[in-house]
Amino acid sequence: MNNSEALKRVEQELKKCVKCGACRANCPAFAAFGKEPAVARGKIALAQHLLKGDIELDDATYAAMSKCLLCGSCVEKCPNNVPTDEIVMVAREALARRRGLTTFHAAVGQVIKNRSLMKFGAAAGRILGPLFFRKVPETSGLRLRFPLPFIGGKRHIPPLAKKPFLERHPEVIPGEPGKPRIVFFVGCMTNFCYPQIGEAALALFGHLGCTVIIPKKQQCCGLPGMSGGDLDTVRELAEKNLVELERYEADYIMSACATCSGALHKFYPNLIGKRHPELAARLKAIAEKTVDAAELLHKLGLNPAESGAGREVKITYHDPCHLRTRGITKQPRELLLSTPGVELAEMEGADRCCGLGGTFNVYHYESSMQINAAKSAAIIRTGAEALATGCPGCMMQLADGLKQHGSSVKVIHTLEVLARKLLQRH
Amino acid sequence: MLSATSIEKLKKIVGADNVATDRQDLICYGYDATQMEFLPDAVVHPGSTAEIAAVLQLANQEKFPVIPRGAGSGFTGGALPSGGGVVLVVTRLNRILRIDTENLIAEVEPGVVTEQFQLEVEKLGLFYPPDPASLKFSTLGGNVAENAGGPRCVKYGVTRDFVMGLEVVLPTGEVIRTGGETYKGVVGYDMTRLLCGSEGTLGVITKIIFKLLPLPEAKKTMLTIFDSIDGAAKAVSTIIGNKIIPTTLEFMDYATLQCVNKRFNLGIPANGRAVLLIEVDGDRDLIEKQAATIQELISPLGLVECKIAQDAAESEALWKVRRLVSPSLRDVNPDKYNEDIVVPRSRVPDVIRVIEKIQQKYDIPIVNFGHAGDGNIHVNVMIDKEIPGMEEKAHQAIAEVFQAALDLNGTMSGEHGVGLAKQPYIHLELKPAQVAAMQAIKKALDPNNILNPGKMFPVKT
Repeated sequence: MNNSEALKRVEQELKKCVKCGACRANCPAFAAFGKEPAVARGKIALAQHLLKGDIELDDATYAAMSKCLLCGSCVEKCPNNVPTDEIVMVAREALARRRGLTTFHAAVGQVIKNRSLMKFGAAAGRILGPLFFRKVPETSGLRLRFPLPFIGGKRHIPPLAKKPFLERHPEVIPGEPGKPRIVFFVGCMTNFCYPQIGEAALALFGHLGCTVIIPKKQQCCGLPGMSGGDLDTVRELAEKNLVELERYEADYIMSACATCSGALHKFYPNLIGKRHPELAARLKAIAEKTVDAAELLHKLGLNPAESGAGREVKITYHDPCHLRTRGITKQPRELLLSTPGVELAEMEGADRCCGLGGTFNVYHYESSMQINAAKSAAIIRTGAEALATGCPGCMMQLADGLKQHGSSVKVIHTLEVLARKLLQRH
Repeated sequence: MLSATSIEKLKKIVGADNVATDRQDLICYGYDATQMEFLPDAVVHPGSTAEIAAVLQLANQEKFPVIPRGAGSGFTGGALPSGGGVVLVVTRLNRILRIDTENLIAEVEPGVVTEQFQLEVEKLGLFYPPDPASLKFSTLGGNVAENAGGPRCVKYGVTRDFVMGLEVVLPTGEVIRTGGETYKGVVGYDMTRLLCGSEGTLGVITKIIFKLLPLPEAKKTMLTIFDSIDGAAKAVSTIIGNKIIPTTLEFMDYATLQCVNKRFNLGIPANGRAVLLIEVDGDRDLIEKQAATIQELISPLGLVECKIAQDAAESEALWKVRRLVSPSLRDVNPDKYNEDIVVPRSRVPDVIRVIEKIQQKYDIPIVNFGHAGDGNIHVNVMIDKEIPGMEEKAHQAIAEVFQAALDLNGTMSGEHGVGLAKQPYIHLELKPAQVAAMQAIKKALDPNNILNPGKMFPVKT
């Protein structure tokens, strides 16, 4: 079999790369590794040679393709808009097909497909632990101590919520008639680790009179699987999510997780839609309705000033890649700025990736934290008391980095800042 | 072909982690912005001048080619391993060694990225003007080796004009210093200028001493639209004739405007035929005055519209028009040859007219934009390589474009160099005696033809 059935789907995109090198300026993985196979241009060259059949889906190809955080910085700055993030996922799919999923990613697939596995995380972790890890560069001593698909061994892990967010509320929380109806795509990290983000979302959209619908059977968005090339799992999850998300008439599908909304908004139609044309129209319809929580609050005219005076607090804001690449940078800042008591101190390089990169941080934890080091230093330099951002994945990475740098800066979600007063009342 | 023992010796010199021979690594160091591809035998990432010297000494003993490489963003193939051999990547040498605010100089290693250097010196109120379009990713070593230019060169000059001294590993492995830290210095040949633009054929640059300027207080950007190409060209010579040297005088022809407007709908007036993006810098009062004078001077020349930015955001909006050119071009055709001819600035309209005729003759779209202030025009020959015969026609058209530039007392290339891409044409510009003199220098410094062989001069068969 040719290397590259999957790659055929991106053949036209591969041709657009003119090897100008602009991606070198923006790629966090390149900054960490310093060598060309880590940068978009190199990966595209390798994908082109895979298509020609003159290299194999072997260890060296695997190593190169693993060095991508899927942050989309290269796509954003590419003069020809070559979608390298999608190309890398497709290449990882080809690698997975040829070599089998790595044990880690096979486990990720099992976990994200199975809510109860996630729920009984610790037990699952024990079961899966011995299966771990295929030996890859920089992965000495990794253990799956925690079966959420983003999380490797050495990191500081946020504590599990006593009761997952999805079990806390009825499926429909009615608002005022005539106000927007919003389906809430919660996401695993919010559900299991940061339920307070979900509470903040309910408070804020409730405050605006919106009806919030939380489909109980919603699944993981699948991005951790995408990141490992396990597109079959992603398709399975996407199909289940489609059913859940289509079940209610709604004006918007909202997520407070940049990665989840990014998956629904961009990767579902572009990756899964192209791979499964029978799903394309439905995926597109969902994608068009999908919004980030802060983006939607801004659009619906939330006025945080209404919440009355608040304690003076200096906050800095980090742009999650999956919001920044969709142009959602002003909205969260404007909301924060209009919150009483909040002073926004911009850090240097707020738009640079935090280093998490889906499962990148599992395979390349040292590099992940090296990318994070500049970020942590920039945050600390602002003298801010708290860091706000719009992605629970970033939150975990940033909190880990700050802790390792001995900082006491508190990491919170933008929505938590906005809902401070409202939540006190509730 | 590199022997296994040579590879072992290379590993001893730079460390095993810094020698790559996997096919994947070789592929990733075999291309540049020309989109040509070759496969080296090994990729080496040295960490010091001494290691580079040792690699070159080994290369002379074992007779393998060495191809120095920075970011690999060149447009003519200067960093490509066209005959195999070892690609020597200098990006690990990426320190700014010092910025001397008393003598207004800086010393850097070759792997420093151009923009990073600019930002560092600007923090100290200093200024390094050369600004090739690739400045966010190209390296200073590559900029010197290719003698890079950019929009600001009309006022400030090219990379060469800022290089005061170098540390260089010669092709045979000796390390020498050229020039120094003083503006004046006439002892011996000017090796510094010889090495600027030598395209990695005469030495590997390992340290650079740059001259710096005080950072201008402010800048002012103007976007001016003319109803004819002649009006725009006249504007260039009128502005400079009136003793105002703008920092930037970027030009876009009608074909370029159509491209950008079609894709991004920037609201360029229908009767706009050419655009000049003008920027002046200096003291705040002075540039306000200069902007007003410029507007007055160019108004009678068929000026359709003149937008003057009032702040940084407006300036960025005006620059956007220029920055969108490259991404728009692919709507014309998927592939392009990006040439960079230069003519004396008053001859720009003449050369554009000749190019229009060449375009009609060969029926190939040619889009022209670039640095009108110094007569450096980017001639983009837009083709589709999948259409049979189009590439051949493009080569003929390019030869005629070069000849047109030469006929107007210009040159084939202002910024990109010769490398591999322009070799077939250099006989148009250089007489045999000139080539012989250059090759004599090459032969004297590189008797074994180790360093970047096969570049610049056509290989004799």
